[in-house]
Amino acid sequence: MLSYTLRRLILAVPTLLFIALVIFLLLELAPGDPMAQVPLTVPPEVKAQMREALGLGEAMHIRFIKWLVQFFWIEPQVFMDHMFGTSLSEGKLRVLSWQHRGPVMDVVAERLPQTLWVVGTAYVVGILIALPIGIYSAYRQYSVFDQAGTFVTMIGYSIPPFFSGPLVIALFSVQLGWFDFVYDTTHEVTDWASFKVQLSQMVLPVMVLSLQTTAQISRYMRAAMLDNLNQDYVRTARAKGLSEVVVVLVHVLRNSMIPVVTVIALGLPAVFGGAIITEQVFSINGIGAQLIDAIRANDLPTVHTLTFIFAVLIVLANLLADVLYGLLDPRIRYD
Amino acid sequence: MTDHPARTTGLWRGVWHAFAQHRGALLGAVVFGLIILTVYLGPFLWTLDPGFADIRARNQGPSWAHPFGTDNLGRDTLARVMAGGQISIAVGLAAMALSIGLGSLIGVLAGMFRLLDGPLMRLTDLFLSLPLLPLLLVMMLLFNESLTSLLGPETGTFILIVGAIGLTSWMPTARIVRGDVLALKEREFVLAARSIGTSPAKLITRHILPNVLSPILVSATLGIATAIITESALSFLGFGFPPDFATWGQLLKDATVYLQDYPERVIWPGLAISLTVLSVNYMGDGLRDALDPRARR
Repeated sequence: MLSYTLRRLILAVPTLLFIALVIFLLLELAPGDPMAQVPLTVPPEVKAQMREALGLGEAMHIRFIKWLVQFFWIEPQVFMDHMFGTSLSEGKLRVLSWQHRGPVMDVVAERLPQTLWVVGTAYVVGILIALPIGIYSAYRQYSVFDQAGTFVTMIGYSIPPFFSGPLVIALFSVQLGWFDFVYDTTHEVTDWASFKVQLSQMVLPVMVLSLQTTAQISRYMRAAMLDNLNQDYVRTARAKGLSEVVVVLVHVLRNSMIPVVTVIALGLPAVFGGAIITEQVFSINGIGAQLIDAIRANDLPTVHTLTFIFAVLIVLANLLADVLYGLLDPRIRYD
Repeated sequence: MTDHPARTTGLWRGVWHAFAQHRGALLGAVVFGLIILTVYLGPFLWTLDPGFADIRARNQGPSWAHPFGTDNLGRDTLARVMAGGQISIAVGLAAMALSIGLGSLIGVLAGMFRLLDGPLMRLTDLFLSLPLLPLLLVMMLLFNESLTSLLGPETGTFILIVGAIGLTSWMPTARIVRGDVLALKEREFVLAARSIGTSPAKLITRHILPNVLSPILVSATLGIATAIITESALSFLGFGFPPDFATWGQLLKDATVYLQDYPERVIWPGLAISLTVLSVNYMGDGLRDALDPRARR
């Protein structure tokens, strides 16, 4: 198993390099000019110098290699410096945003916690709601609960976040006035009262994001439980006098969780993708909003870096899903 | 299955029977049909111009003159939802066709020719690990200007959106089709066809394709739903059609601006998107059950 994981990790490197190249080449085709905002009164020599400062003067492959070095070599050093107070990265050039004139990763570090808090909570909440629904729906197949549950998850599956978002805002914030719909990014949790404020502003975005997760995962959970409920080992377990609770929640559930766990791992990047839209709806200042801002402002280094971070997430989630599958299911052998 | 022409009707009759038994699927088909009819034939009955701004009648609630109300410029929401549906559904169908075509082509090539299998499947894996929504946004931004100046704002954006969605959504189809083709290739009727000297092209079109039609049909149905959602998401984020083209996502985006004063305005375009997607998903579900002979009772 360890050797398989290592092999996959090593294989992920060329994949990621290739993805970085694809994104870079796509961005190279950008017709937009980062110097378009500079006034016409600036003389051409100064403009050429500014270009040089932005790193635009060099050939394409040199810029790509520079970006790779900055992202994979210098940024980790900055991280080390930050963590352990060393000074490895002093005086080295980092990936600079054209928009903020500062390192891209600084902005990412500022904004990532916002996204992680909302997305992470939503994912956990969504899974916690989905699993019981899926288990009970399968156990009482074709019952009223199952029919209703299947219908509700189908609706949750079909309502996109850019509709459910405005919908819950209209209902809970405009009509009922329970929650505020503008997410205050600068809010800091210091005591109980501020923690409650933070909770209440997270409720709506978490609701929207977890609706999608719940719909998807409970469908998988139900299908996986149904696959197992009619197996011979279930009949054996019942025949030897085990209680229903043990049969369903220990024997069947453990076997049904194998595919569901991989689906949960595979779904992680999609939730980040959904967060791009949800962040826009609730004006959360996370990395999704940063990406949209950067695309609008033609800030190519930021777009490249952020898109690549999303790609890393996807590759890691795929890897995690495969490894988990091998760990959980003894029938799977990767040799 | 379909290599006996005499039994073809039998298969499709059985499929139809199973499909009609699935109440959700039948209802989904009816609702989707109604939506298409309303969106494309409705404007002949409801002749208000979706772009006409009646500034004295702006921000109105539902009334007989404007059943869905009007927006901040006094444009009739019913007419705009129908006009938006024409674009959104057209994009959905066209993008689905492109994605299914690409997916089937790559799946069949990978399944039939062992030499192509490795590279094509690695390509599929690569596309599956690309962050699609960010890339779609980037593509919309990069190529919108040049395409719209070349083909005009409507055709240019249409081709770009359809192309972008099609290019980023063919992977699941390709994988499913490849798997089925690999299994079919080992069957006796393929061996028989080969032994009488059928050319590879004939083999694919006469023997392989008809047999992988059912997974293709299912993913085509579900593909319409994803394509409509993706197009609406792009419009919602402001990266789709230019603002004066009312797509459903665009209408939703316009409505969210006035969410505090007129919260009811988000309902119509949102309901249109959700209802379409829901009906298509139910159709896909029913079709999957109907086309799977093991699930048919």
